[in-house]
Amino acid sequence: MLISGIKSRPEYHGLTIDPHARRQFFALGGEGALALLEKPELKDPEFLARAEVLYVAQGSQHSAALRSSGVAQYWEAPTIPTLLTRLQVTLSTAHMGLRLYTAGTEGLIGQVMQVGIDAGITFLSIRTEHRGSLARRISCVHCKGITENVTTSPFTCSHCGLTLLVRDHYSRRVGAFQGVCIDAEVPGDVPPTEELYK
Amino acid sequence: MTKRVDHQVEVVEIVQAADTVKRFRLKAVDGATLPYFSGGSHAVITMRGTDATGAPVIYRNPYSLMSSPTDPAYYEISVLRVPVSRGGSHFMHDQVKVGDRLSLSNPINLFPVVATGRKHIFIAGGIGITPFIAMMDGLAARGGTFELHYGFRSRSHGAYWQELQDRYGENRVKLYCEGEGQMIDVDRLLEHQPLGTNLYVCGPAPMIAFFTGKARQAGWPEENIHFEQFLAPPSGKPFLVKLRKSNVEFMVGQYQSILEAIEAQNIEANFLCRGGACGQCETAVCEMDGEIEHNDHYLTDDDRQSGKKIMICVSRFKGRELVLDL
Repeated sequence: MLISGIKSRPEYHGLTIDPHARRQFFALGGEGALALLEKPELKDPEFLARAEVLYVAQGSQHSAALRSSGVAQYWEAPTIPTLLTRLQVTLSTAHMGLRLYTAGTEGLIGQVMQVGIDAGITFLSIRTEHRGSLARRISCVHCKGITENVTTSPFTCSHCGLTLLVRDHYSRRVGAFQGVCIDAEVPGDVPPTEELYK
Repeated sequence: MTKRVDHQVEVVEIVQAADTVKRFRLKAVDGATLPYFSGGSHAVITMRGTDATGAPVIYRNPYSLMSSPTDPAYYEISVLRVPVSRGGSHFMHDQVKVGDRLSLSNPINLFPVVATGRKHIFIAGGIGITPFIAMMDGLAARGGTFELHYGFRSRSHGAYWQELQDRYGENRVKLYCEGEGQMIDVDRLLEHQPLGTNLYVCGPAPMIAFFTGKARQAGWPEENIHFEQFLAPPSGKPFLVKLRKSNVEFMVGQYQSILEAIEAQNIEANFLCRGGACGQCETAVCEMDGEIEHNDHYLTDDDRQSGKKIMICVSRFKGRELVLDL
């Protein structure tokens, strides 16, 4: 059971390229590489000269295509945390005119947006595209621990062990969905676990 | 429909702030405090005067509040004396005296400071300085980072530049006197601003178009570009309006807006800014035999092409008759 229809659920409108941006900055993960690789702008030398890519492959096979796409800068991170650190350092000295784009799983997008917002970027100006797994990054509202790649509801919090319900309630500050205890009134009265996504 | 609240205020001070600018200090008649507001807010002032023939006439104009947002004991507004007035500007300049009473709407903010912004750049042209005075006061009180770039025709035409530079210093307040050939180097200004900078422009329409266009070309996201301009309803040929629900018809005069003509029939219509900016007075068009002259900057191009919507505060009609859903 997934509780839907909550307004805070993020929407991802796709990587529409801002033709005027002075720096076109992409933070991509896994299948998110395709969101850039499918862009017609990759044939435009002026766009390529301004484009920079940070990528974490997460098991996907798009590194070679990105590396040879002609973008001015390409750097591949071994993990999401290293990608985020590199992004943070870049943004700390960046100026207006940089446009941030991010594509990949919701968990990656949420964390990239956190770094962007921390650096002062207006969150609505960050262009996002959801690619790859539908698995969610969920924060337990009770212990605040974060569990990555949740595919079932309810699920057991990997930090405090409470049984949590998966909902669309999202926190931009935490960059994660908010999981809430499902059996608070009658401990142990838990509906059967459903697989929401593969 | 939101209930309109009007505050009865008394003019307690009038200052000639520049060649063509007067500042009015307004206090509640009953001595109460006025509502708190945020920097960038405006209020609509209702003026009751008489026309050339001595018949009573009502003017309503929006004015930015320029007093300190932290002091609700009084409001201050500045009024530019325009060469050709529809009535309000000349009424405020020529008729209003200390001790007179006016009525004032609740403050409305369509031009707020972005609270999460890291830095704020204000660009003012002429009387467009007024919202920034309250915005800077609020920012200074909470230690925000800002700079003002203020252009005016001549030192005697520009209001408040001396006070502002004295208060905030030459680094934060940059002046550009057109008469002395000084110009803002906009490309340089936009080039090295840190992430999280917001740009705010207030002044004449071509100036707003110029600076917001430059910012977009420099790759600034739309979300970081803000502007405000109140349009005076343009004049034009009189035309016939019918209100379907109220079942009345009347002519809209040469210097009248549709909204003013509706109010003259004692019919209440929604409005907030009366300057084509806020969208409150959007009205459905039932039928028309002619063409709408859209003068607002609220409706989208699609809205305009549909011919189904009109902003009655500033837009006009060219044709035989216009039927509105009111």
